[in-house]
Amino acid sequence: MENVILKIKNLNAYYGSQKVLKNVNLEIYENRVTTILGPSGCGKTTLIRCINRLHELSPGARIEGQILLKGEDLYQIEPMIVRQKIGMVFQKPNPFPTMTIYDNVIAGYILSGIKLSKEEKDKIVEESLIKSGLWDEVKENLFKKGTFLSGGQQQRLCIARALAMKPEILLLDEPTSALDPVATSIIEELIIELKKSVTTVLVTHNIGQAGRVSDYTAFFYLGELIEFGKTTEMFTVPKSKKTEEYLIGKIG
Amino acid sequence: MNEKTIKRRIFNNKLYKIFVFLFSFLSIIPLFLIIYFVLIRGLKYVNLKFIFSMPKPMGEIGGGIFNAIVGSFIIVGVAALIAIPIGIIVGIFLSEYKEKKYTEIVKILVDTLQGIPSIVIGIIAYLWIVKPLKQFSAISGSIALSFIMLPLVIKSTEEVLNLIPIEIKEAAYAMGVPYHRIVLKILLPSGSVGILTGTLIGISRILGETAPLLFTAFGNQFLNLNLLKPMSTIPYLIYVYATSPYKDWHNQAFAASTILIIIVLSINLFGRFMEKKWKM
Amino acid sequence: MRKDKVFKIVLLLSGFLIVALLSGIFLSLVFSSIPSIKEFGINFLFSKDWDPINNKFGAFPFLIGTLLTSVISLLISIPFSLSISIFLSEILKNKLISNIFQTFVELIAGIPSVIVGLWGLFILAPFMRTLQSKLGIQPIGVGIFTASIILSIMIIPYSASIGKEVISMVPIEVKEGAISLGATEFETLKSVTLPFSFNGIFAGFLLSFGRAFGETMAVTMVIGNANKIPESIFSAGQTMASLIANEFTEATTKLYTSSLIEIGLILFIVSILINILGRLIIRRFSF
Repeated sequence: MENVILKIKNLNAYYGSQKVLKNVNLEIYENRVTTILGPSGCGKTTLIRCINRLHELSPGARIEGQILLKGEDLYQIEPMIVRQKIGMVFQKPNPFPTMTIYDNVIAGYILSGIKLSKEEKDKIVEESLIKSGLWDEVKENLFKKGTFLSGGQQQRLCIARALAMKPEILLLDEPTSALDPVATSIIEELIIELKKSVTTVLVTHNIGQAGRVSDYTAFFYLGELIEFGKTTEMFTVPKSKKTEEYLIGKIG
Repeated sequence: MNEKTIKRRIFNNKLYKIFVFLFSFLSIIPLFLIIYFVLIRGLKYVNLKFIFSMPKPMGEIGGGIFNAIVGSFIIVGVAALIAIPIGIIVGIFLSEYKEKKYTEIVKILVDTLQGIPSIVIGIIAYLWIVKPLKQFSAISGSIALSFIMLPLVIKSTEEVLNLIPIEIKEAAYAMGVPYHRIVLKILLPSGSVGILTGTLIGISRILGETAPLLFTAFGNQFLNLNLLKPMSTIPYLIYVYATSPYKDWHNQAFAASTILIIIVLSINLFGRFMEKKWKM
Repeated sequence: MRKDKVFKIVLLLSGFLIVALLSGIFLSLVFSSIPSIKEFGINFLFSKDWDPINNKFGAFPFLIGTLLTSVISLLISIPFSLSISIFLSEILKNKLISNIFQTFVELIAGIPSVIVGLWGLFILAPFMRTLQSKLGIQPIGVGIFTASIILSIMIIPYSASIGKEVISMVPIEVKEGAISLGATEFETLKSVTLPFSFNGIFAGFLLSFGRAFGETMAVTMVIGNANKIPESIFSAGQTMASLIANEFTEATTKLYTSSLIEIGLILFIVSILINILGRLIIRRFSF
């Protein structure tokens, strides 16, 4: 029996007068990987940026509707608190270039001015790097700046950084589109492994990736949720014609 | 992560914005203070008589600054005549020969020239021209000012030429146009707005320069049109009058400053306005 | 073809002209400083006596005066300049207002320094006088501190516009990374944006410092022109540039002139060093 952790209700998102998400109703299940799938411009990045309230930082951006995390309306509390509960990994790996690997992992705490003891910090750094599969590769170099890492390693560092905040939900915005196939498969394995400890929402336009890692898929087209269901079922027997057309490559 | 720390962080964020806003606005207040006080005290003395008559002897009240106005025009004009052609040629050189080691060195030297304090430039013009001629002269002042204007013309020429897409040059080459014609008839005209901008900003800069004139052009209470003799200029006059003990001269210093600041800031603004157009 | 050859030679020669010019400037300054260097040697830099009557010259008071005014004016300018840089790149989003504001900032740099000096002499100095008498200090109005205030006003635009440029160049991904972790704008600025742009901001301050170092007219009109080491920041003093401005035309002996030129040489060398340092810092600025 699936547990709903995030409820998106009647969500409409705008950039000025342009509506980019139309009446989205979606439920995200706990400890599962849900993929937001669709072609460019379908609103998938906008959707997750609404979840962690990054969307509203763009000039002229606003929403209508509700997003509830475990029943709590995310738009009724301080954005900072929302972002501490919801972690995000971006398309282009973006570790902080002026910080060491160690500091990058606990950056969330440093930025918020939260004081931790050395033991606490060491523990969080090690745990997060182990969870993101990067520990063995960097444990000797924790106090170097992260710029010497490869793209895939930098991305895993960003995942560790997000995980260090112990988020309820992890949002991944096309996390492997800038990476080579080897790095991509490492991260895909990681995503499957991570769902045991954190609910994951993955944005991608890569059908193969969605098929490989996700339990559920939500297919979006031009700002609307077209279909939602178990990935295996949707990919074999799509209910909507649009979904089918996308899956076979006719559109997108 | 409790309530109190969140509130404190939000408060600090607001405080930071207020601080930045406040200090930014405080920074531009001097601009208005200076313009206001200069105009308030100087504008009432500015009239046609002031502009077109000659100074009275020291200590006497009245008179005008005609010699200084003429002197400024001549000295700045000659300086521009020297700096503009040389500046354009060097600018072309820097743009056409980029990436070469020699060019890198010249670029650094142009930057160095720009950073030299203007009083040191005055010393150089003194050593090179005043000393041999054994007298102060307008031409030595012009040369000093041209050194100051030169880097500005060079840099804006180089910048504007660098913006011209290489395809235009290649198309001209392909048509068999000789190199010197490509530069003179195609590249330069394309970059003319940028070069003009650099020139205007350079002129507004040297119109206000005083230090290099202190021992080159020196000053002259009479109207002088001879480049080989000392010549008065507006900023020099302002300096001498302001630091003198005579109240009437103080008032004239403010009046002259009113004229100078209006001219200089107008040219500066106009040059900036044009610069935005071609930098886009 | 022949015309092209001539043209190219002219271009190359123009580059050489610049090399010749800068070399000539350096050599002239050195050559004319020789009488003073011969007479006083390295002690010139540490000697406190500036005594035209006895033909004895030492640059120390003016080194102090220059250092004091440059450093104090830089320190005063830092919060204002940094605020402007942050304001224009991070806070103000409206393009039009931003342009207008930036123009105002840069116009300050366009005011001729003799006019800033005039304002300093007739408006700021009297104000400082009243302030000083209220504080129980010798109410002279002019002096090191007044000169520093004037200088700080003049140098703000230089570091402010460089600072604005470098802060605008911080990639948005890096900032969003911080925001997505729950940081406020201030926290993002403090821990991510400013460290990222540190080199460029520092180079901007270096440029401002260089400007303050060589500024002549405004300083000479408000510093009090006292050829001694200042007792306090409120006393009168003299900088290297203001000394030359004041006394060059009065220099009666060859040694006197040569000493003044040697001080000009020091100004020249320092301005080059600051320039080189600034370039090195900018070169190491890349992520």
